[in-house]
Amino acid sequence: MELSEFIAQIVNGLDKGSAYALIALGLSLIFGTLGVVNFAHGALFMIGAFCAVTLNRILTWSHVVIDETKTDFLGNPLKVNVPYVNDWFGVETGAAIIDWSVPLAIVFSIPVMILVGIIMERGLIKHFYKRPHADQILVTFGLAIVLQEIIKFFYGANPIPIGAPAAFAGSFDFGTMFGFDPNTIIYPYWRIIYFFFAALIIGAVFAFLQFTTFGMVVRAGMADRETVGLLGINIDKRFTLMFGIAAAVAGLAGVMYAPINAPNYHMGMDFLVLSFVVVVVGGMGSLPGAVAAGFLLGILESFASMDTVLQVIPGINQVVIYLVAIIVILTMPRGLMGRKGVMEE
Amino acid sequence: MSILTRRGLLKSGAVMGAGMAAPTFFVNQAHAYTNAPTGGSVTLGFNVPQSGPYADEGADELRAYELAVEHLNGGGDGGMMNTFTSKALKGNGILGKKVEYVTGDTQTKADAARASARSMIEKDRAVMITGGSSSGVAVAVQALCQEAGVIFMAGLTHSNDTTGKDKKANGFRHFFNSYMSGAALAPILGANYGKDRKAYHLTADYNWGYTTEEAVRTSTEAMGWETVAAVKTPLTQTDFSSYITPVLQSDADVLVLNHYGGNMVNSLTNAVQFGLRDKLVNGKNFEIIVPLYSRLMAKGAGANVKGIFGSTNWHWSLSDEGSKAFVKSFGEKYGFPPSQAAHTTYVQAILYADACERAGTFNPCGVAEALEGFEFDGMGNGPTLYRAEDHQCFKDVLVVKGKENPTSEFDLLEIVEVTPAAQVTYDASIFGGELGACNPGA
Repeated sequence: MELSEFIAQIVNGLDKGSAYALIALGLSLIFGTLGVVNFAHGALFMIGAFCAVTLNRILTWSHVVIDETKTDFLGNPLKVNVPYVNDWFGVETGAAIIDWSVPLAIVFSIPVMILVGIIMERGLIKHFYKRPHADQILVTFGLAIVLQEIIKFFYGANPIPIGAPAAFAGSFDFGTMFGFDPNTIIYPYWRIIYFFFAALIIGAVFAFLQFTTFGMVVRAGMADRETVGLLGINIDKRFTLMFGIAAAVAGLAGVMYAPINAPNYHMGMDFLVLSFVVVVVGGMGSLPGAVAAGFLLGILESFASMDTVLQVIPGINQVVIYLVAIIVILTMPRGLMGRKGVMEE
Repeated sequence: MSILTRRGLLKSGAVMGAGMAAPTFFVNQAHAYTNAPTGGSVTLGFNVPQSGPYADEGADELRAYELAVEHLNGGGDGGMMNTFTSKALKGNGILGKKVEYVTGDTQTKADAARASARSMIEKDRAVMITGGSSSGVAVAVQALCQEAGVIFMAGLTHSNDTTGKDKKANGFRHFFNSYMSGAALAPILGANYGKDRKAYHLTADYNWGYTTEEAVRTSTEAMGWETVAAVKTPLTQTDFSSYITPVLQSDADVLVLNHYGGNMVNSLTNAVQFGLRDKLVNGKNFEIIVPLYSRLMAKGAGANVKGIFGSTNWHWSLSDEGSKAFVKSFGEKYGFPPSQAAHTTYVQAILYADACERAGTFNPCGVAEALEGFEFDGMGNGPTLYRAEDHQCFKDVLVVKGKENPTSEFDLLEIVEVTPAAQVTYDASIFGGELGACNPGA
């Protein structure tokens, strides 16, 4: 394997790992605070991506203008959709607003996702706190299916393309930075942004838990819920909000992922199983473990997909993550950074 | 007191045997084939993906079937029944029986598709099963219909195997296949990109992917292209970046994406994001090819399809009378143009009905005989032959390209070439398999 190939796959794994890490971080947060194994977490990632789709549709909400010079597929005068933002802000500004719909969706999605998370927790999941993990898995998996069917009903089964702002189209030639030939290590700008965005969100969540009073109480509650309750603190309320924050983290991961792969109703399920493996490898309830395992498995998956590797071990790309999970669980039953006593009763 | 002799026992046995066989014989006479319609209506089974990743294609297939039923029963404007060269259909149902239908959900899973087809045959007494948007499903349902003794009119299935190694006497396919895509595409690729190219294939890891890769490889290598690598990608893959990166490292100057559906949307989007189309390799522009295009999928890939070559079975922009009649009929009813999935399923429903009329029966063996070697026109693909040897339709194939300046959300592909049927015709024996004998069931 050439060095350029090696670097390219590490870079590849970073953005994939970013998505795994963000989803797994939310999963771990929910498990660590509420003790719930949330199989609907992938659906929250998908809903986040559809926040980007929805905002794009709101911004492109149009009225019809008849263009007599052109005809439609039936030979009738062509109906042209003109977005209202073009009327309100002018064609250039209107086009720029639509072009930046994904970054704008970040702001749009945060309150939406927190609300979705709180409704989900208060409306359904809280009734399963004292039930076995198997019940929690069943109910949240069922919820995930319901959520994806709702999205399919409104948006259809086909992927819906959402572009990144034109300013971030194209790719960056990493290779030339390290003295390689041009075009050997290319990476799209938006994926680079995704990596830094993920790092920022992960950093913000850790800072929130580490340096705020709210975070301190939550951490105390994670360590000993009963004692915190005895001190007169309403820990349930805080944990509900943490569920909303975890939903927002998954949603933001989905919003930013929309330009990478066109959102479809099934995308949450595609990430869910892998994210659970990430959480288990990282250690149930361990936030740093989830992040580290996310990046580790993302990079490993990238290497396993290389033709040179596949020629030696055919099919390794489809099982590498699970193989690593088996090895980690056999050698370190609590995962890479798991705590004693979690899911061991 | 009677004495039982050996001769007496044999005689009694023969009489008893004849007696026991008699009812079966009479039953077979009364119902010579599975689900023979007895009342004033006949039931067809539309087995399409109503859930799962191809649900939108399934919905379009269902729209087309509903339109076909309307036309067969004398409703609407008649659509392609007016342009169809066979005039056996009279708009009074099939053989005077009103056409009714039941639907099933294939879920794009072979097991689920077989279960829904079986239910439509056994519970709803469907005399024919049609539809689907996957070769795996088509092969599975076709085999079931063969066992059950009903006709299977395949929907969107592109693998060579459907009418190749897995062909059945009761199964018929109007849609084109991987071989035809390769044969139609190669000359256009040669003319546009030259005959000295190095291709890198990314192939969906299942039956359709293999036959498509093989077809494109064979036809492009025959004109001088070299295949530098062919990598299988899991069907469940969503992010193809780790498969695209090695392409950049290779010496390839063409990437062939043997992907369909969500795989195609994602792999093409990823390839364009990674700047492959802006790359210059071996002094040539890097090119991407998508052997099987679908307008519904092209919509998912958005602007990334611009300028990319592929093939398709039919496109709403065709200007022949059949296509125009169908687009008008479908467009006025539903408000948008039909997809190729809608077209092929509509045509299959009409062809089945026409075969019943010409055969004068719903008996699958009579219908199969009427379809075998049937030549027709006016259904949107020019003169077409339902070849008797493998039950595959032979007609013109469209080579298309992603449109640079689309005028609407439907105007995504432009027709580059209509490849004549003769150029994509092959010997029926090359893919193996045996049709076997027609099974009327019952």
